Amino acid sequence: MIEMINVYKKYPNGIVAANGIDVKIEQGDFVYVVGPSGAGKTTFIKMMYREERPTSGDILINGINLATLKNSKVPLLRRQIGVVFQDFKLLPRLSVYENVAFALEVIEETPKVIRQKVMDVLELVGLKGKARMFPTELSGGEQQRVSIARSIVNTPKLVIADEPTGNLDPETSWEIMNIFEEINARGTTIIMATHNREIVNTIRHRVIAVEGGLITRDEYGGDYGYEG
Amino acid sequence: MKGRTLGRHFRESIKSISRNGWMTFASVSAVTVTLLLVGVFVMIMMNLNKIADDLEKDVEIKVFVELTADEASITNLEQQIKDTAGVAEVTFSPKGDELNKLVVDFGDDLQLFEQQNPLHNVFYAKAVNPQETEAVAKKLERLDNTFEVRYGEGKIERLFSFLNTGRNVGLVLILALLFTAMFLISNTIRITIIARRRDIEIMKLVGATNWFIRIPFILEGMWLGILGSIVPITLVTVLYYNVYNLLAPRLQQGKLFELLDFSPFIYQVNGLILLMGVLIGIWGSFMSVRKFLRV
Repeated sequence: MIEMINVYKKYPNGIVAANGIDVKIEQGDFVYVVGPSGAGKTTFIKMMYREERPTSGDILINGINLATLKNSKVPLLRRQIGVVFQDFKLLPRLSVYENVAFALEVIEETPKVIRQKVMDVLELVGLKGKARMFPTELSGGEQQRVSIARSIVNTPKLVIADEPTGNLDPETSWEIMNIFEEINARGTTIIMATHNREIVNTIRHRVIAVEGGLITRDEYGGDYGYEG
Repeated sequence: MKGRTLGRHFRESIKSISRNGWMTFASVSAVTVTLLLVGVFVMIMMNLNKIADDLEKDVEIKVFVELTADEASITNLEQQIKDTAGVAEVTFSPKGDELNKLVVDFGDDLQLFEQQNPLHNVFYAKAVNPQETEAVAKKLERLDNTFEVRYGEGKIERLFSFLNTGRNVGLVLILALLFTAMFLISNTIRITIIARRRDIEIMKLVGATNWFIRIPFILEGMWLGILGSIVPITLVTVLYYNVYNLLAPRLQQGKLFELLDFSPFIYQVNGLILLMGVLIGIWGSFMSVRKFLRV
């Protein structure tokens, strides 16, 4: 479902963040993307939801070529992908409920369906009782769960997470991972950039290591593989 | 876009107004102060303009009829004056009336002349466009049986040039003020939106189209404009009501000029204030959001 073909990315400041990446990810995969800071991990992730455009090469997601996708069509792509961020990226003036509902309002869903789906997904992440609260009133872990709820409320086939546990304490991180496991068990593809060695080594999945803009390792059930 | 989405945008814009608290207050205050300034200024300028018009309308051409003219030629002359291009109205004043005016102004001694009135019969003519008085007077001079034509030569030219300068200065000032108002208000709105640029980025990441993001902001700008025009409209109305009631009766005695009537004028000014508030609010939001939509 995701295919990168000879992807090359050079930023205006001259840094090459992707230097010929070829990779294929099947529907239902759970993929960790690991690697040192500044190795091209975030660029790899960002190119998948068209936050960044490759300088050359092709990126295919569900048959859409992101390299040639028009700007006006980007919203349509993003509605098919759930994205979770390290800093949660919640709208501060909207309540938990409204933040999640936003992803459905965007696709002009009926109020009845919105209410049903939002409450269902809030129950899944265990925040049904806090629907009326605002992001600032929640802990980091709770905010990340809202962010996950928003990313999956539209039942996308693919969820992309950029260091979702980066700002959380270990215990909360495990709770978040349990939610991702459950989402993956329902058949959703998950691509997660992470620095968390313990998680990668404990919950074994496919590991893609990115270094110097290249994929240096790609193994199913692999470990984190970096010292320190 | 579906109808319910438009409804959603409306609700969202109102929600945003109330949840943004101080930012809303800051924008509305800026709009209020500027529109108040514009309102009062427009009110003053429009009235000065009215006074200038009134003064111009008082300019008359005085046509002295030859002493030798008989009644038939006087009637003929009146018709000719009426037929002259650019003449609005003509009134005839026989020499008896002219003498009476002098008697009123200079005293009873002049009554002696009633036996042998040396004055001329006179036509008073007004030009359709007061600024063309001189040209019209020149034409009247050429008619038969006119002895002399007077229209306040020299004085009215100075009056007109003074009034014209006044009008131009007023127009420039109003334009400058409008420009300042637009700049000030849209800048304030821009600041409130810059504070929310992160929100706009997030909305785009969740898959919102540009218009889905833009419309609530534009509606919010409209509300800011409407809220900001409430105080100016109230104050301007009360102010003009009082000024009008105070000055109008006194000016009416002089008959030289009058203020603009309260009734249609104040609604026009209020409409202008509201329209400006709304337009500038919408424009300010539109321009500010545009900058951040290129994520």
